[in-house]
Amino acid sequence: MAEPIVRVQNVSKVYRRDSLQIPVLQNLSLDVPEGEFLALMGPSGSGKTTLLNLIAGIDKPTQGSITIGGTDIATLSESALAGWRAQHVGFVFQFYNLLPVLTAFENVELPLLLTPLSKKERREHVETALGVVGLSDRMKHYPKQLSGGQEQRVAIARAIVTDPTLIVADEPTGDLDRKSAEEVLALMEQLNSEFKKTIIMVTHDPQAAAKAHKERHLDKGELK
Amino acid sequence: MKIIKLMFRNIFRHKLRAILTMLGVAVAVMAFGLLRTIIATWNSGSSNAAPDRLVTRDKASFVLSIPLADMQQIEHVPGVKEVSYMNWFGGVYIDQQHFFPRMACSTNIWDAYPEYVVPPDQLKAYNDDRHGCIIGRKLVEKYGFKIGDIIQLAGDIYPGQWQFVVRGIYTGNKPTIDETAMYFHWEYLNEYLEKNNPSHANNVGWYVVKIANPSNAAQVSAEVDGLFENSSAETKTETEKAFQAEFVAMYGAIITGLQIVSYVIIGIIFLVLANTMVMTARERIREYAVLKTLGFTTAHLATLIAGESLSIALLGGAIGIILTFPICAGFGKAFADFFPLMVMEPMTFILAGGLAVLVGILAAIFPIERVMNMKIIDGLRQVG
Amino acid sequence: MKIPFIYTFRSLWTRKLTALMTISGVGLVVFVFAAVLMLAQGLKDTLVATGSPDNAILLRSSAESETLSSISRDAASLLETMPEVATGQDGKPLASKECVIIVNMNKKSTHSMGNVTVRGLSLAGLAMRPQIHLKEGRMYNPGSSELIVGNEIADRFEGAQLGGQVKFGGRMWTIVGIFDAGKTGFASEVMGDVDQVMQAFNRPVYSAMLFRMKSPSDFDGIKAKVGADPRLMDLTVKREQDFYEEQSKQLAMFIQILGMVITIIFSFGAMIGAMITMYAAVANRTVEIGTLRALGFKRYSVLAAFLIESLLISIIGGGAGLLIASLLEFASFSTLNWSSFTEIAFGFSLTPGIVLTTLIFSVVMGLVGGFLPSVRASRLDIISALRAS
Repeated sequence: MAEPIVRVQNVSKVYRRDSLQIPVLQNLSLDVPEGEFLALMGPSGSGKTTLLNLIAGIDKPTQGSITIGGTDIATLSESALAGWRAQHVGFVFQFYNLLPVLTAFENVELPLLLTPLSKKERREHVETALGVVGLSDRMKHYPKQLSGGQEQRVAIARAIVTDPTLIVADEPTGDLDRKSAEEVLALMEQLNSEFKKTIIMVTHDPQAAAKAHKERHLDKGELK
Repeated sequence: MKIIKLMFRNIFRHKLRAILTMLGVAVAVMAFGLLRTIIATWNSGSSNAAPDRLVTRDKASFVLSIPLADMQQIEHVPGVKEVSYMNWFGGVYIDQQHFFPRMACSTNIWDAYPEYVVPPDQLKAYNDDRHGCIIGRKLVEKYGFKIGDIIQLAGDIYPGQWQFVVRGIYTGNKPTIDETAMYFHWEYLNEYLEKNNPSHANNVGWYVVKIANPSNAAQVSAEVDGLFENSSAETKTETEKAFQAEFVAMYGAIITGLQIVSYVIIGIIFLVLANTMVMTARERIREYAVLKTLGFTTAHLATLIAGESLSIALLGGAIGIILTFPICAGFGKAFADFFPLMVMEPMTFILAGGLAVLVGILAAIFPIERVMNMKIIDGLRQVG
Repeated sequence: MKIPFIYTFRSLWTRKLTALMTISGVGLVVFVFAAVLMLAQGLKDTLVATGSPDNAILLRSSAESETLSSISRDAASLLETMPEVATGQDGKPLASKECVIIVNMNKKSTHSMGNVTVRGLSLAGLAMRPQIHLKEGRMYNPGSSELIVGNEIADRFEGAQLGGQVKFGGRMWTIVGIFDAGKTGFASEVMGDVDQVMQAFNRPVYSAMLFRMKSPSDFDGIKAKVGADPRLMDLTVKREQDFYEEQSKQLAMFIQILGMVITIIFSFGAMIGAMITMYAAVANRTVEIGTLRALGFKRYSVLAAFLIESLLISIIGGGAGLLIASLLEFASFSTLNWSSFTEIAFGFSLTPGIVLTTLIFSVVMGLVGGFLPSVRASRLDIISALRAS
């Protein structure tokens, strides 16, 4: 069997609030093979978002190693981590987090500005990504002119435009109505089955979890 | 710099706030320009001084006169080309509010001041008329005097009613030359003194000594003063520039006060702009966190913030600089007697521009610091 | 229902940095405003104190200052003998014939030249100026080349200390005493025997004559007499206090106008700063406002709450600016007075009137700056406000 694309080993995360030390994850290990669509579930405060953040490289573990695509990101410096994220992770947020002053096109283009691609090349990638999510006709629209579901799809386009190693989603359907949620989940399913994207998703929603191939549960920082 | 587009969009995100901030910066820059111009105008008197002119006056007080007899001795000092003299007449025209300089002078005074241009025919008419006077162009503009008009003055230093006939009008050969004075014949004044106040006759207010070589100024000055040391009227001779600078220095306290206030302005500009930048950054913390997530570094974000701050500062500064012109003109009109001319120096605008740049950069420090220390996960959690 | 003040206060406290910056901006503007008022008042105080209501001056009608005025010996003697002039303890008329000259002395701080008033007067002249008290040394001897100097001169000018010597009028003069003159303009003068001064400067005529009236109400009568007398043509009398007040008019006006122009410009800056802050406050608390309105607070209460917040900022800033400005009372200011063409030293004077004016100014800035944003807050539609994020 091939190396798992994500290998979390003996990871602990402790938060410091004033003088208190709050352990969120304790000695956690997890392997995610390439092409997997994993749902992380658990009650509030279980540490699932924390685990996701660690894997996405936007937080650092107190102890342990996180190897993604062969690189132990726990050892990378802040600036190296930034560059790594740009190349290897696509993040989908619960509240979309599009920049309100940029059009859909420009929002999707944003991660590409960090690459050496020419303007023409960037345009091609953006159009492709927006095509995949089915929003080619909304390229010039600003986020406030889009519905919640459309915004999230633009966000997904942004997440895939650099062709990252991994897609990470934190409650992607949490703020959507039923219909939009279904559209977004169908899209993610397509990204996984058709484009072979590895997806790790944190969710409350059993319907979302059902779309994933595998479910893991977290409770009080422990993986079940 | 591909993120420049993002930066510009962000500036006008909140139109009202952007406009208000720029206005605040503009107002302060304009005030700075006004103050600096007032200070420059005050100091400009000595910039019209010629390097080959010395002023000789009573050492104890330039309000006191020195003997006409001194002139011969001064003329013989090596390096001296020509000597002329003046008395401050003072007097009142209509009332105290209508002030302009009035001086009795020797006939050769016009050689000493080539920057005062008088048409030759007018100069001749003036020299032919004992009661004649030559007035500056600005007086013509203000009072409507014409050649042949009679100007009546009530004397104070030299009491009595005095009448002069306008025989000529002088103009300055540069825009900064003063054109508000009135000059008449010293002989006319002296005649009156010989009759009514003989002990005060044959005295001059000060000598204007034209020298051949400006680099000899110090030497010639010392020699002239040496002639009259230990006499009853000791003299002080210095370059015209030094003489005028002494007058300016008497207002030193006010000028210093204005300078201090101009620095206070810098503080105000900074506070207005920094306030806006801090508020703006606080509201956008989540966006900055998202950008960091996407892989943008703190350096990128710092550039964005600094660029926005700088742009607002420069735009506001430009508006302020443009507004400086009308406000200085208005101020000059209101205080026409004190500031017949507002000297707008290029340095003032360079300083104002530099100020805007400096403040633009400094104001970005607080928000950049906040972004630097921000953890991505904390930033993402923030609501508005 | 009024929104509790604690809400306003805590809201400000949460955004400490922003509030502090806005307060500082207001404070700076208020400081300049108060300083200018205090300076103009200080000048006025000095010149009003310089003069007694019992004294009057005889001088040339067209003369703007004593140095430009000349009165003959005869004219002076004539006025001296008028019955309205008070008599001194020695039986002689209380009148001082004076000769005022401007000399140049070098300032200690900048070594640049200043114009200093030298006043030749008689002992009667000193008696008529009760503000003058000899502090160090002794009185000059009439008949000798001796001078006494005011404390401002001794402090600020080179060579003007006790025992120092200055040269003018062709001879050396020794400073034998330093006098205190309170806040009056005399503190910036040098005084000596009138005959000596006139001799040294070769003056055959006096500049002016100061005399004591038997009663201040005699003034109008004296003035009419002088005006009607052909021997006193071109001369006039003025109350001593009025004379000095006129002397300060131009300079005071200049200070006030320049100061006001600057302050008005500044105040725009401060109001704009307050406006920006308040607009941001409203924008950031849209949900709160919607909540308060949903709870039942009226529009007016919302407007009042935000307006009070703006006022709080401007009053705190104003108070701080005023406090720092009050420290200026320890500073003194010396500059050339146009009218007399001599140096005059004066201070910054804080009066209750200035305190009140300054506080009102701060309040106005807060009201104007905060008005529009407060109106916006009160006009928010409840539903959209609650939905905002």
